[in-house]
Amino acid sequence: MDETEARTVVEEALTRAVPGADLTGLAPDTPFRDALELDSLDFLSFVETLSERTGLRIDEEDYPRLTALHDATEFLVARAR
Amino acid sequence: MPSLGADMETGTLQEWLVAPGDTVTRGDVIAVVETDKSAVEIECFESGTVGRLLVAPGTRVPVGTPLALIEAAEAATAEAAETETAEATETETTEPAEPAAQLQAAAPAEQPAPPRPRKAGQATAPAPQPPVVHTEAGPLARHLADERGIDLATVHGSGPGGRITRADIERAAHGDGRRPRATPYARRLAAELRVDLGTVRGTGQDGAVRGTDVEKAAHPRTGPAPAAAVSPPAPAEVPPPAAGRTGTAGSSTAAMRRAIGDLMSRANREIPHYYLATTIDLSAALAWLRAHNRELPVGERMLPAALLLKAVATAAVEVPDLNGFWRDGGFVPGDGVHLGFVVSLRDGGLTVPVLHDVDSLAPEQVMSRLKDLVERARRGRLRGTEITGSTLTVSSLGDQGVEAVYGVIHPPQVALVGFGAAVERPWADHGMIGVRPVVTATLSADHRASDGAVGARFLNAVDRLLQKPENL
Repeated sequence: MDETEARTVVEEALTRAVPGADLTGLAPDTPFRDALELDSLDFLSFVETLSERTGLRIDEEDYPRLTALHDATEFLVARAR
Repeated sequence: MPSLGADMETGTLQEWLVAPGDTVTRGDVIAVVETDKSAVEIECFESGTVGRLLVAPGTRVPVGTPLALIEAAEAATAEAAETETAEATETETTEPAEPAAQLQAAAPAEQPAPPRPRKAGQATAPAPQPPVVHTEAGPLARHLADERGIDLATVHGSGPGGRITRADIERAAHGDGRRPRATPYARRLAAELRVDLGTVRGTGQDGAVRGTDVEKAAHPRTGPAPAAAVSPPAPAEVPPPAAGRTGTAGSSTAAMRRAIGDLMSRANREIPHYYLATTIDLSAALAWLRAHNRELPVGERMLPAALLLKAVATAAVEVPDLNGFWRDGGFVPGDGVHLGFVVSLRDGGLTVPVLHDVDSLAPEQVMSRLKDLVERARRGRLRGTEITGSTLTVSSLGDQGVEAVYGVIHPPQVALVGFGAAVERPWADHGMIGVRPVVTATLSADHRASDGAVGARFLNAVDRLLQKPENL
């Protein structure tokens, strides 16, 4: 998985967790949980989509790396290697 | 019209999901009703065949008004009876009297009404209405139709076997003007002001009715002359809209604020609240959750909320004085522990779906029910039974980062439990100081129904139960 693919999956997962979320104004390093007002159920659904779409194992210990578009994209690329 | 909350006096029948002749089973979703707070799917109380629809879409009626006649199962058409034999037998045995009585009134032979209510001007256009029972349409078409507020039964299917395609929906949405186009705000307003959208001239895009159009149309009605209140329906008009869900946008948010305001004002006026708080060490619960979730796929992982809810339900069984209602000057215990769970909506406002019988559910079941309810509360529609009957409410604002919630009780309930965020704090235990994750649990309770000692027993039980999460 390259960075573009990973970024697409992250954005899709966010949009699914928060329908109507406006990602255009979201800087790559802005923590999206606050910016998009994700609660813990939304975040779980975000991680669920990431895991489903990539087939990657994502543990609770990995959650701190899934805070911003950039981090999350890098995490997926690294985990897919 | 079922009561969908203690504060509900009227509801607007927004859309029928069944037509006369359809076979329905107790529990089926048959209509969508709009309350001041949200659009709710209404379930059928009986099994049988839909005889007559008594209330047209767009009509606001008081709670208790009959909405439709359901014929007893034995009156169903032959093929329906064949496929539904099991239910038919069951209905006969369990509910013999009433359906039989209704049968007389709604027997197909003497049923005067056409399958769907239509206005005079329209009846001439599509000649004989086929008995609209089942409409062939895929999930996409249904979804689009729902979004655009189009009744599938009125759409001509151009696909194979008369199947309704996406293009058919688009045509119906933009095309022949048989259904009034209107903004969600306008629909909302029209329902509130009791204006028939079909009689309003739209000034918006493609003639869509806008809020200001509705206001203009309603103006004479709000004026000093009450005589103008009943205006005859314009003859050549379109039928009332089977409005799609209006969600929470626009003025529905204002209506929701009003509804919340009314209920909470009543609560503060009538209920002498008392408040208790305690800080609970969550180390054991969170460690148990981590271990539990480690081996599970993401979709099956549990959140702390599931454990908190389960602990509350178990504590409510131990301290039943907080689980139930204040009615006619006395406390009536709940017939089970049904927890209302406050969900904040993105566009503002809140809704309180109900998790039924939480005391008898495993935490995993609480979690999956919670996920399902919250998702549907936010994105779609809940059913009537999913927003009624709660015996105790839980409000968890942990995700918003606050430490404690001092809530207002939802009448006629007698208590509300609040949870703040799980935060790390210095914690002294057996003379040692360490850092622990803790949560502040609060209780708002009705002093008419209980005293502080009872509330304290309840919060202590929640604490104790959360120290042994494996037993929950």
